[in-house]
Amino acid sequence: MALSDIYTEVIGEHSRDPENKRHLPHATCALRGHNPSCGDEITLELEIEDGKVKDASFTGVGCAISQASTDIMIDLIRGREVKEAKHLAQLFIGMIKGEVTDESELEELDEALALKGVAHMPARVKCAVLAWHTLDHALEDDGSQKK
Amino acid sequence: MSDAQEFRRDFPLLHTKMNGQQIAYLDNGATTQKPEQVIRSLCTYYGGCNANPHRGAYALSVEATDIYENSRARVQKFINAKRPEEILFTKNATEALNLVAYSYGLTNVNAGDEIVITVAEHHSNLVPWQYVAKAKGATLKYIYLEDDANLSDEDIETKITEKTKVVAVTQVSNVLGLKNDVKKVVKKAHSVGAVCVVDGSQSVAHMKVDVQDLDADFFAFSGHKMLSPMGIGVLYGKYEILDKMPPFLMGGDMIEYVHEQDTTFAELPAKFEAGTQNVGGAAGLAAAIDYLESITFDRIEAIEKELVDYAIPQLKELPYIELYGCDSTRDNKTGIITFNVKDVHPHDVATILDSYGVAVRAGHHCAQPLMEYLGQNATCRASFYLYNTKEDVDRWIDALKKVRGVLGYGTV
Repeated sequence: MALSDIYTEVIGEHSRDPENKRHLPHATCALRGHNPSCGDEITLELEIEDGKVKDASFTGVGCAISQASTDIMIDLIRGREVKEAKHLAQLFIGMIKGEVTDESELEELDEALALKGVAHMPARVKCAVLAWHTLDHALEDDGSQKK
Repeated sequence: MSDAQEFRRDFPLLHTKMNGQQIAYLDNGATTQKPEQVIRSLCTYYGGCNANPHRGAYALSVEATDIYENSRARVQKFINAKRPEEILFTKNATEALNLVAYSYGLTNVNAGDEIVITVAEHHSNLVPWQYVAKAKGATLKYIYLEDDANLSDEDIETKITEKTKVVAVTQVSNVLGLKNDVKKVVKKAHSVGAVCVVDGSQSVAHMKVDVQDLDADFFAFSGHKMLSPMGIGVLYGKYEILDKMPPFLMGGDMIEYVHEQDTTFAELPAKFEAGTQNVGGAAGLAAAIDYLESITFDRIEAIEKELVDYAIPQLKELPYIELYGCDSTRDNKTGIITFNVKDVHPHDVATILDSYGVAVRAGHHCAQPLMEYLGQNATCRASFYLYNTKEDVDRWIDALKKVRGVLGYGTV
């Protein structure tokens, strides 16, 4: 696996300058995700209103892959139905685990497809899925108050 | 470096490729590679002598018992313990330190007492003491660092008090790579009547250790960090102390008489070795000790020092490299170099180095309180051993120079 397949342009941009890294003034839910073995740590903030992810953001520290993955995920889920966001989280996790490989099925992951190469790097899988697992947990009961 | 080249021949793994490239293995602080001599000792044991020791009356079991007990005597000589019964085989240093915490700690530490450890401890010499302190209502106190990352002399003097029952200290920090003045800590611990537990995981493979000279009450290490197979470790303890301690694990081989409601326990060292032990591992450990002593620690230390003296000035030339534990004012640096690349997470650094065939560790190195103390979330670590060469260092530093570029940062 070539380095350029992992550290793509998209990942470079999102990790150097994550636009969604900030606090949310009206968060209804904040959930911490952590990879104890490498120290990636994020807190995902969500503003859920009428069954929709009205806004989202994150704070924390981590490697380029975990930071970029989180930033891209937030772009993707902002404005979506909670149900859709959950589906995307599961689809992304499926892609990284190598369980979903059908390209037409993965298409809706859009920019997050840039992380597909991580599926071939077992040591980095947990970095890529951290945010998406955190999102999946946060939305378990449709994003009710969690802090 | 002709020495290292000569040793490299003995290590089959160093001649394999990683990511299509010759491997530069710089993660010896995590585990070392194994020489043919050690690998062969396992084949010899399992291929010709395997039986359950201490049990059968038949020749093979007697032979397995001899191999196991000879390994114990080999370890005794290696660290200069007074008697073979002071050497207990464990799975690794972690199990050895847990044995001390559970058996000695829970018995001898009480409410209001103090346990003193250093902020540079590996989790294996930290978490068990946290457990004992909480379970017994004792206080866990820390010795912090001087500006040059060495243990604070003032803390050694003031934190260890009449209330202290246990002092736990590593001989070499697995992150900072600095040799601690263990003798001084032991002396201070003894002056207040406390025992001193020394973690030798990062020292025994790299320097001559004499437990009687240190006067340590306990000394723990893992075999796999010193050329041996994984799954064999050692706890040294002073006979008089071990003899009074209750068993840690209960079961076969550690008993004298067992009745329905009561048991009397075996003498040392069997009291602390419940169940079938890792005889193959013990044979491998003895073979590793033979190998290391045939080379001598003087040569090993010289090789590692040459590599460190070669690498650190080059790293200091790079403005985007931050180093930890590399400015000791004492002559006590070992072959461990911990660093970060500005703006780049250590995990990304390790992935990029990996693509050049260079193996380094990234993360918190099982020393989260130290990372917190240093104000770092994580770091990278390169750690040398006798088979490393200047060429390995060159490849590491050349690859380091490419890291920032891969992630789209400038080179300064």
